[in-house]
Amino acid sequence: MSIAAKKSHDGFFWSLFSSGGMLAAILIPIHVFIFWVAVPHGWLTPNYDHLHSLAQMPLVRLYLFVLCSLSLFHWAHRFRFTLYDGLQIKHLNELVFVCCYGTALAGTIVAAYLLSTF
Amino acid sequence: MSTASSHTPNYTPWHPRWYRPRVSTWWWLGSWRYLKFILREISSIFVALAVGMTLLQIAALRRGPEAYERFQHTLRSPFATIVGFITLGFVLFHSITWFNLAPHALAVRVRGKRVPALAISLPHYLAWIAVSGAIAWLVMR
Amino acid sequence: MPDTVTLEVTRYSPERDAEPATQRFEVPLRKDWVVLDALNYIKDKVDGTLTYRWSCRMGICGSCGMMVNGEPKLTCATFLSSYSNGGKPIRVEPLRYFPVVRDLVVEMSDFMAKLKKAMPWLVRKQEKPLSEGEFLQTPEQLESYRQFSMCINCTLCYAACPVYGLDPVFVGPAAMALAQRYNLDSRDQGAAERMAILAHPEGVWGCTFVGECTRVCPKHVDPAGAIQQYKIKAAMDWFKSFLMPRGAE
Repeated sequence: MSIAAKKSHDGFFWSLFSSGGMLAAILIPIHVFIFWVAVPHGWLTPNYDHLHSLAQMPLVRLYLFVLCSLSLFHWAHRFRFTLYDGLQIKHLNELVFVCCYGTALAGTIVAAYLLSTF
Repeated sequence: MSTASSHTPNYTPWHPRWYRPRVSTWWWLGSWRYLKFILREISSIFVALAVGMTLLQIAALRRGPEAYERFQHTLRSPFATIVGFITLGFVLFHSITWFNLAPHALAVRVRGKRVPALAISLPHYLAWIAVSGAIAWLVMR
Repeated sequence: MPDTVTLEVTRYSPERDAEPATQRFEVPLRKDWVVLDALNYIKDKVDGTLTYRWSCRMGICGSCGMMVNGEPKLTCATFLSSYSNGGKPIRVEPLRYFPVVRDLVVEMSDFMAKLKKAMPWLVRKQEKPLSEGEFLQTPEQLESYRQFSMCINCTLCYAACPVYGLDPVFVGPAAMALAQRYNLDSRDQGAAERMAILAHPEGVWGCTFVGECTRVCPKHVDPAGAIQQYKIKAAMDWFKSFLMPRGAE
């Protein structure tokens, strides 16, 4: 029986990254298209009451929470490694880690608050 | 084996001077493929921006019709419009690169042989289209 | 087709030079010549001090890896005629991201050390006695690791990998693909030991799936695929050990 080196928790963060990446790949484009491009410019005109009642449904709120949170953790993990490789700041390891996942966590908390009190 | 001197000089073996170039901070500009990789990684920033927009939208929706309308007005501004289109471009790039890489990570074998890459990526694309259609229908109903 | 082509070759002699410089050589442009033929011509007829590695000249030993016009290539498998180039010289440089010892020769001991840590041999908890006969393996079992067994240790993948270039502690594509080759071999029982080099921040978790390693591999090993497949397994292992800390291996 052999020992592993200091136990790495990157497996956990990578799981967040990959599940977030899959969700983001499938769901984010249509969200951006509808809500950032089409609706503001009048190409699609869903009315306020319909959107409001949709967003009140528990399943929709759960869906939005999971989508937002995991997508943020996807960004956090990818951005952390982009900073390591792109800017070569691996020596600022701990700071980068806290800033990236910390931001994702903050976004998750905001999403939880907004959606639970809808 | 002279004992006249108790101090033996500390010789080190001769070692050739290797040349070690330092990798430049701009390494990713060195080839089109490296640049494409960095753009792919940068697309995650736009995923995060999309989440930000979604949360702002939910907040506006939550406050009432006037807040929602004011938010729509903000999204119509030239700056928000440009960022919106750039975001759309980058999140599409994220999706396409993601689905095209999936066959490497998912080693699916049928009767011992690896299935062709398209057998992995095509279902992803089809799911993407189907789910996007379902969401659009749900929103527009 | 013109008669000759110019090669712009890196020269570096540590006793003489502070850093590498290039030297141009005009060599015959023969339809069937590869870059290695051109280098051998230079060494035979022009400058015998040119130093480089080569052996089998048929793409199986992995010795002759160099940068040709900025791309990692086996020089025995790279034809001069594919660089029509409009008269521009063909650049031949030592393999990127490795220290240069002299001219086109790079120092490989870092890769060798990592390869050894990957334990590229069958690890058994219990040795099978000779009397029990040979290991039997079905074609399907062979197929599950065959692609990764094609690696010739040429390290073109290391020369293509920006993560390795930026962080020399990174284990790198070939070592991890070979570790996975043995992990997937039905005769092997050493997956737990190989976790030490794989499920590690400088192992698979350091890889950002650039994918260049797979693209340049002359044997189509797909090291990037090996690494991503291992990430999935290692992530599941993390959850298993988190949820069932005393779960048996």
